[in-house]
Amino acid sequence: MKVVWSWLKDYVNLDGVTPEELAERWTLAGLEVEGVTRVGDWWDPALIVVGAVTRVEPHPDADRLCLAWVDWGAGEPHRCVTGAPNLYQLREQGDLPTPMKVVFAREGSVLVDAYSDDPTPKRIKLKGRKVRGIMSDAMVCSERELGISEEHEGILVLEDDAPVGAPIGDVLGDAIFDLDLTANYAYAANMVGIARETAALLGRPFTEPPLPTLGDTAQSDGAGDSTGDNTGAGAGADAATLVAVAIDDPALCPRYTARVIRGVTVGPSPAWMQRRLRLAGMRPINNVVDVTNYTMLEWGEPLHAFDYDRLVARADGGTPSITVRLARPGETMTTLDDAERTLTPKTLLITDSAGPIAMAGVMGGADTEVGAETTNILLEAATFDFVSIRRATKHYALPSESAWRFGRDVPPQLSEAGSRCAAGLLAELAGGTVAPGVVDAYPGPRTNPTITMPIADFERVLGVALPSAEIVGLLHRLGFEAAVQGDDYKDGETLTATAPAHRVDQQLPADLIEEVGRVYGYDRLPATALADPLPTQRDNPRLMQEDATRDALAAAGLQEIISYRFTAIAHESMLDASAGGTGTSSGDETGADEQNGVSSTYVTLRNPSSPDRAVMRRSILTGLLDAAAANRRYRERIALFEVGSVFHPAAGKDLPDEPRHAGLVLLGPGTPGDWRSSGEAQDSVRPLDFYDGKGAVEVLLDTLGVEATFAAGSHPSLHPGRTAAVHVGGEEGAALAGHVGELHPLVRERWALGDEPVVVAELDLDVLAQASGVVRPFVGFSTYPPVERDLAVVVDEATPAGDVERAIRSAGGPLLVHCALFDVYRGEQLPAGKKSLAFSLRFQAPNKTLEGKAVDGMRGRIVKTLESAVGAEIR
Amino acid sequence: MAHADIERVEREGLAALAAIDDLAALDDWRVTWLGKSGTASGLLRGIGALAAEERPAFGAAVNTMKQALEGALDERAAVLRAAALADEMAGDAIDVTLPGTRPPQGGLHPATVADRRALQIYAEMGFQVYLSREVETDEMNFELLNMPKHHPARDMQDTFYISDEVVLRTHTSPGQIRAMRAYAPEPIRIVLPGMVYRSEQVTVRSEMQFTQIEGLAIGPGITMADLKGTISNFAGRYYGEDRPIRFRASYFPFTEPSAEVDVRCTCGGEGCKLCKGTGWLEIMGCGMVHPVVLKNGGYDPARVSGFAFGGGTMRTQMLAHQIDDIRHYWANDLRFLEQLR
Ligand SMILES: [Zn+2]
Repeated sequence: MKVVWSWLKDYVNLDGVTPEELAERWTLAGLEVEGVTRVGDWWDPALIVVGAVTRVEPHPDADRLCLAWVDWGAGEPHRCVTGAPNLYQLREQGDLPTPMKVVFAREGSVLVDAYSDDPTPKRIKLKGRKVRGIMSDAMVCSERELGISEEHEGILVLEDDAPVGAPIGDVLGDAIFDLDLTANYAYAANMVGIARETAALLGRPFTEPPLPTLGDTAQSDGAGDSTGDNTGAGAGADAATLVAVAIDDPALCPRYTARVIRGVTVGPSPAWMQRRLRLAGMRPINNVVDVTNYTMLEWGEPLHAFDYDRLVARADGGTPSITVRLARPGETMTTLDDAERTLTPKTLLITDSAGPIAMAGVMGGADTEVGAETTNILLEAATFDFVSIRRATKHYALPSESAWRFGRDVPPQLSEAGSRCAAGLLAELAGGTVAPGVVDAYPGPRTNPTITMPIADFERVLGVALPSAEIVGLLHRLGFEAAVQGDDYKDGETLTATAPAHRVDQQLPADLIEEVGRVYGYDRLPATALADPLPTQRDNPRLMQEDATRDALAAAGLQEIISYRFTAIAHESMLDASAGGTGTSSGDETGADEQNGVSSTYVTLRNPSSPDRAVMRRSILTGLLDAAAANRRYRERIALFEVGSVFHPAAGKDLPDEPRHAGLVLLGPGTPGDWRSSGEAQDSVRPLDFYDGKGAVEVLLDTLGVEATFAAGSHPSLHPGRTAAVHVGGEEGAALAGHVGELHPLVRERWALGDEPVVVAELDLDVLAQASGVVRPFVGFSTYPPVERDLAVVVDEATPAGDVERAIRSAGGPLLVHCALFDVYRGEQLPAGKKSLAFSLRFQAPNKTLEGKAVDGMRGRIVKTLESAVGAEIR
Repeated sequence: MAHADIERVEREGLAALAAIDDLAALDDWRVTWLGKSGTASGLLRGIGALAAEERPAFGAAVNTMKQALEGALDERAAVLRAAALADEMAGDAIDVTLPGTRPPQGGLHPATVADRRALQIYAEMGFQVYLSREVETDEMNFELLNMPKHHPARDMQDTFYISDEVVLRTHTSPGQIRAMRAYAPEPIRIVLPGMVYRSEQVTVRSEMQFTQIEGLAIGPGITMADLKGTISNFAGRYYGEDRPIRFRASYFPFTEPSAEVDVRCTCGGEGCKLCKGTGWLEIMGCGMVHPVVLKNGGYDPARVSGFAFGGGTMRTQMLAHQIDDIRHYWANDLRFLEQLR
């Protein structure tokens, strides 16, 4: 919303306050000022002044130009050449009976280049030149040349009392505030509202604009005193005989008032009103529309003017009868913008006997629109349910100043002031006569509640002890009725307060606390340390696990990434080697229902930002592979991990499961190359492979204190021969925690990741959490010497080393303290299909030196076990 | 006569030793002067020519001389060894300005770094982390936070909907309700970090997915002054003691009173492009927990009060590191990530 400084001064004295200071005060009180624009702070006060056009003549040598003599308060009137229509039309007049006040700029003035096509045209210096033989070294200015608006149809005409010779900044200089008002400050989104607020914040009196009585006796409901002049009041038939109003549902329309103004002449509104509208960001249309807009800007009550004679015609010459109701199925109407609209049954309409005449609060109908020929007007000032208006605004995509206000709850009391103000202005500015009385259907009167609360609650919440008199004083400044009962501050002093009608936001004690705090100033509250005792402190195992995971993987040389949790089913299905995997598949294998676009497998957005961000990821791998592919363009070695939620719809539940996954991707050379290895042959550097991924997973599992087993496994994304399933929870009730493996070649190809292995892992942290946290007791180390023995075992190629190791450990007994694979050999010295696994074994007793004979015995037992368990031969 | 011989031998031996400058020659010298058939031993062989009573003194003098030569030999050897080592090391000198060999280096995502910094400060003030889910009910995300359907404040948070009743959380605040319901009537002092989602155009300044940290304190004596104290304390550490902050009234449906917290812009208040001329940068929203929200969480607003605060952590980091485009965060370009870990 735009607030005009000069307009604001009508209601509150701003002497001694600069626009910037006021902007700061508003902002601190919650009325956020996004910017202050000074109007005309660049106008040269010596060169651009108020002038009076005293004489106009045709240009002797140019049909479309005229000559104007401008008195600017120094010597003889100055002759200007101009083509401005509003002077040109006077060219036959010679001396004007009443001089016309204009903006006069002399040579050297800097003005906006009005003929530029640039949306933000440059300013240029006015230079004298001959126009068709006559010297032109000064000019009369349009609004565009002064940078006030885009208006360049004619020159700007000032009020008759503008003092000739005065710097134009004194007359037109202004400041425009751009306010970004949050929903609760909607009451301040009008000049009266912002003026009340300003007066309260500055502690100065607020001058409410007088409202015309219009000769009727309808009682004001507190929104303005019925004083002022009676321009155009009360002639002819009473409004009640001219229109009837009915409201179907008072909840949707608590109040509907109608007045009739007869005999108006539609034409331009006066300069002062046009100027204010423009400065406030609205375009002047004609006096009738301008009056309704001006009244809305002044009082915050949106209004609508219908062509009364069109209503009579639609009633076949009878008395128009207005009904406020919801649209009927299939009903249509043509709105002001000439769009024919099919109305939903939830749309609130203003109708007459012939059908809809307006979408309530949102847009009028074309058929009853006020036009140049209109003479009689029906003026609507009503209140509509804000939810209904918001819904319609959104559904029909018709945002407007009116809908914005109605959508933030306009109190019904405001209809009175709005109707009166606009009717009075129509009489005054359009020459109309206001029919006596108002038709006022008011089935849903509203009053603000009286709030009662302990005075001590202000201190309890704000943390500062304010005397009750100060609290009451602050509320009075805001227009509240407020009083205190009782006299003991801590026990029994009670505040009773009622907000003025326009403060629909004041319903609870907390609302009063905020008002008092806000006007008192949050900057004046003390800043204190929490005095309440510290609540019970608790461990957060999930957070600790996530942090430990990140730290372990980062320490292992991997870089954390964070991806969009959004993806597309087609994109994620690229992870499935057996699926089409073009990235554009419909995802039928993943459970998506193509018929209605809803997936039972995916958490699916109803309003995605784009098709490739339409569902929430189920796997953490796509983001990792996307990042690997993107970084691969300029990095050889990629080592990334991510920790975060994935989303799995849960059958029978509204909310999906959100398991936290950790994933990683590795590819490229096993060691980062540097200047020292540059001479080495490329192929001597081992590429990262399965075992690097497994190693990283092992480090992670160790860090988390998880005992896990790795076994050959299968996964749709992974190489069937190079995949390990990771299980936790021991032999009994083992749970699958995830996989580590090399990417299936088909999947690798889809991400264009080259020919070398791409290792990925994805683990479910929630599953790991169930198996972690085992506190392992400390095992003392023996001071007796260990005995080392190597053992080379020849087994079938298919026999997993893990099985061999397990057999060794189980046969070795407690004195086998260490067993590690140190070599795997295949080759000429072995039969085909065989491999040799070499283990180093260490035996040690806690309480004595082991004798060679005893160790040999243990080794023998191991050998025997290996022969029977895995068919091993000892080399 | 004989004693003069001893002195001569010593003199000549030392002179010969001083002339030696490589370690191998030292051994020859030792054999020549101190060996079994060396010059010193030769003097003793002539001992028979002396009177019996002179012999002990002569023998002692020869031994003394031998010890002197041996001492000199050791000294000379040490000098030569040191010189040889110095020579050797001089040949081994390397260019220490060549790059070091780093182990493969990993790191944390900038958003994680930013979160941890803030969470650490809050932790030291007793605010513990409470983690909460990302897909939420409309009820938790809005209604219980005093934002019924069609509430104007919903305009401020463009929402991704899964269904009429399920949304991607638009803020971490639904965790407030979950925490309150978990802990009521106990007092609360928590922070809620996490990913939130808004259906917004992705631009240089705005993302549809971003991280937030929200704080919540509930107890019998919590005031807005405490809120100011807590945030001032945080801001002093996070932004620096020399950066003033201010509280200005604002509006959030779930707090009342509500305020925005601004920190002095890096321009020092002069006004610049970054602060749009205001001299201040918005860092978080805050307020006293709305009585309706307290009630929804299971607390009696007549007996307890609370404050909440929250804001994006990425924005702060962007200001500190002059990151001009928020889209860097989820693009996962190592050239970005590695600069901020
Ligand atoms: Zn700045």
